Amino acid sequence: MSSEKSLAGCMNAPVLKERGQHEVFCGLTSIIWLHRKMQDAFFLVVGSRTCAHLLQSAAGVMVFAEPRFGTAILEETDLAGMADAQQELERTVEELLSRRTDIKRLFLVGSCPSEVIKLDLATAAEKLSERYFPKVNVINYSGSGIETTFTQGEDACLEAVIRGLEPSNERQLVILGALPDIVHDQMLRLLEQLGLKNVFVLPQVRVDDKVSVGSNTHFICAQPFLGASFEEMVRRGAKPIFAPFPFGASGTTEWLKAICGIFGVSKETFEAVTDAPRRRAEIAIEKVSKILTGRSLFLFPDSQLEIPLARFLNQECGMKLIEVGSPYIHKQLVGPDLQLLPEGIIISEGQDVDKQLDRVFDHMPDLTVCGLGLANPLEAKGLTTKWAIELVFSPIHFYEQAADLASLFARPINRSEKLKIGRVA
Amino acid sequence: MKLSVWTYEGPPHVGAIRVATGMEKVHLVLHAPQGDTYADLLFTMIERRNHRPPVTYTTFQARDLGSDTASLFKKACIEAYERFKPELLLVGASCTAELIQDDPGGLAETLGLPVPVVPLELPSYQRKENFGADETFFQIVKTLSRPLEKTSEITCNLIGPTALGFRHRDDVLEMTKLLNSMGIKVNICAPYSATPKDIELISQAHFNVLMYPETGEMACRYLERTYSQPFTKTVPIGVGAISDFVEEISEIVEINTSDADTYSQLPWYSASVDSTYLTSKRVFIFGDGTHAMTAARIARDEIGFEVVGLGCFNREMARPMRKFAATFGLDALISDDYLEVEKHIQAVAPELILGTQMERHIGKRLGIPCAVISAPVHVQDFPARYSPQMGPEGANVIFDTWVHPLVMGLEEHLLTMFREDFEFHDEAGPSHHAAHSPGQKNEPQIVEAAHSTAENRIIWLKDAEKELKKIPFFVRGKARKNTEKYAENNGFSEISIETLYEAKAHYAR
Repeated sequence: MSSEKSLAGCMNAPVLKERGQHEVFCGLTSIIWLHRKMQDAFFLVVGSRTCAHLLQSAAGVMVFAEPRFGTAILEETDLAGMADAQQELERTVEELLSRRTDIKRLFLVGSCPSEVIKLDLATAAEKLSERYFPKVNVINYSGSGIETTFTQGEDACLEAVIRGLEPSNERQLVILGALPDIVHDQMLRLLEQLGLKNVFVLPQVRVDDKVSVGSNTHFICAQPFLGASFEEMVRRGAKPIFAPFPFGASGTTEWLKAICGIFGVSKETFEAVTDAPRRRAEIAIEKVSKILTGRSLFLFPDSQLEIPLARFLNQECGMKLIEVGSPYIHKQLVGPDLQLLPEGIIISEGQDVDKQLDRVFDHMPDLTVCGLGLANPLEAKGLTTKWAIELVFSPIHFYEQAADLASLFARPINRSEKLKIGRVA
Repeated sequence: MKLSVWTYEGPPHVGAIRVATGMEKVHLVLHAPQGDTYADLLFTMIERRNHRPPVTYTTFQARDLGSDTASLFKKACIEAYERFKPELLLVGASCTAELIQDDPGGLAETLGLPVPVVPLELPSYQRKENFGADETFFQIVKTLSRPLEKTSEITCNLIGPTALGFRHRDDVLEMTKLLNSMGIKVNICAPYSATPKDIELISQAHFNVLMYPETGEMACRYLERTYSQPFTKTVPIGVGAISDFVEEISEIVEINTSDADTYSQLPWYSASVDSTYLTSKRVFIFGDGTHAMTAARIARDEIGFEVVGLGCFNREMARPMRKFAATFGLDALISDDYLEVEKHIQAVAPELILGTQMERHIGKRLGIPCAVISAPVHVQDFPARYSPQMGPEGANVIFDTWVHPLVMGLEEHLLTMFREDFEFHDEAGPSHHAAHSPGQKNEPQIVEAAHSTAENRIIWLKDAEKELKKIPFFVRGKARKNTEKYAENNGFSEISIETLYEAKAHYAR
């Protein structure tokens, strides 16, 4: 297994740490997929008009007529006195819960303004939990931009969920990370075929899906951006399993292998279960990735998926890496992927977007993975781009999605080659 | 604290970004936390801009609070100036920075930058996006304008268009054509496409054309006060308004109104026989004040619709909107609460909605056709083709756009005749856009709404229910409601076919 090898790849490579303008979303954005995943939950952002505007703009379209998220917009009067704000919040929650009787979990989500005025959402959540017990469980976390970047919103939410888990001494496997339904089901099917019992996933789809935690709990992250949840699981006595993230044929194999190592699944069983889907994935990737092989790649920081994805695109699709940017690097979590990255590339953490744009123009990569604010301006300058946000909304994990993942990167290159009419904007 | 699901307007700093992005050689330094950069994608994705908005976000984090966010701001200003070399620097704060009270204006002043710096006051917890744009542009004009001789030729300024505006790009072109036909040249257009140097020349025009009161009125009032530059009050959307607009200009400057090229196809298209099916169709109109009011006039006077609901989301327009709605015999709906607007639409059960992207969504849910007439907008409201709202071509575009979601004249009759034909039935929707067909699944929601108003006390007999289904879907909701109301008023507990037709006769128009 990779952890037994000597440290290699980019594990000890210097990291270019930058601060300046960050062209990224704040943690509130993750509510867009979390509220779909947790079907009895409502996410109430306590914030400003900006927060509400961000949520509807990041969602692209208003997909849902009345979504299970909303914003309690702070007004001038709330800022005048703190006591008022608490009362106002209780009133707003009452208004909400009386309209949405289907809600069983209510997340009070802190924002930049609520953090700055030090609105005590923890106490509010406690009080409201008591008041609405046992019908509604009220939990708080912060998705503010001053503390969280994009996917870290899910991390903060999950961390709060873990804090509330019942203790247990059962030997069990807990998987962390919200996954699209199809991927979620495939994963559980694979683990079942491998003979694993007591497998639980966080976040729970419904509040009745009971998950507990304790010293006999082993856990593994299915998403690389769950650093705080990881620490909280460890604090609760659970034991982490490390592996590259389950992207592509080899990533998925290594991830499953690490779990099987802990739970004593035999080599025969492992091969019997994984050989066919692995080969299927390898063949599919090969077909799709022809157009990617030998092309250069530059990843702007966005979701913390960058390092594992760079591993997949380099190792399994043959792309040449120029720069791999990540908003935050949790070395323990992404270590196994970092070790597999080739030496001599730029690994950057944080962002100074203007300087990073200078670097992208110096290198003129064949493909640039970046956020929505940068994509069209870069396309207009002749670069080919891939929107990073699609990577957190699409099913990309495990064997059956491996080729789809490669296709997401192949499509923009394919388009650039098909269009014969220039691209003057 | 106000619970909000969707918002019609962003915060005021987004208005400032719309002005800065619309202009050239301007840069905005916004004191803001990480995440506020989401605003960039409105411009690069929705409007498909090929440049990043000219905005530097200071990106302060939790650990900077209480230490030195002020020097972070100063550093961002200096670096932004060095990198982008703007002719004018705007500085302001987003909602979070407003709370930490670093005073961007004061800080920027200490830097001694060699270009004018305009500090913006954008009260995030009181005002919204349109105010932010209006205020920002006003401050720019106040800072840069100076008294000048009027040009020898008759000229005007086009005031109000911004980045991310609903059809602003095309309205500017259309207005320029219309004004040129009257022998009037455009001195400058601003904020859209103007440089700070252009703004310096603003006072040499003979008058201002206020295209969008939402984003340009404060500047126009200032220019009128300061340089005696009159501005037009009519927004030339629709045939009648165009004519009033030309008239209004002729009172300001010496022109021959007959020179104005105002020819539009709209009057003939409305008068042609096919449009009989449009007559008295019940429409609900909602948007920003300017677009909603101009739309209502076109709907009533130029197409012959019946306006059954009218309102706007921007409180700044509440007063004129209320007054205007009264001329339609309506109480204006002034609200930025999306759910309230939805309730209102359900209650009046219109056959067509003219609204924003929000109402388009409501319409989709309720199975009511909708055409978009106002911001907030989405990517499909920035079409590749030329499609203004103002001027004669704007009137043509409006006729086509509004009629498009409806079932066409003869088709409507055929649907009534062959209600139960297996392929030619009303739930298939208008034949010219299958993809938008309301579909069966939308039906129960209207039904539900109607039921709830009758409080479920009245029972529909099976035959009557079946008969009701034979009524075209776009008037079915109204028919159900009227029948229930009729039954309720007459103390009936059941609705038979007889009741249905009695109600129909009772409410006949």
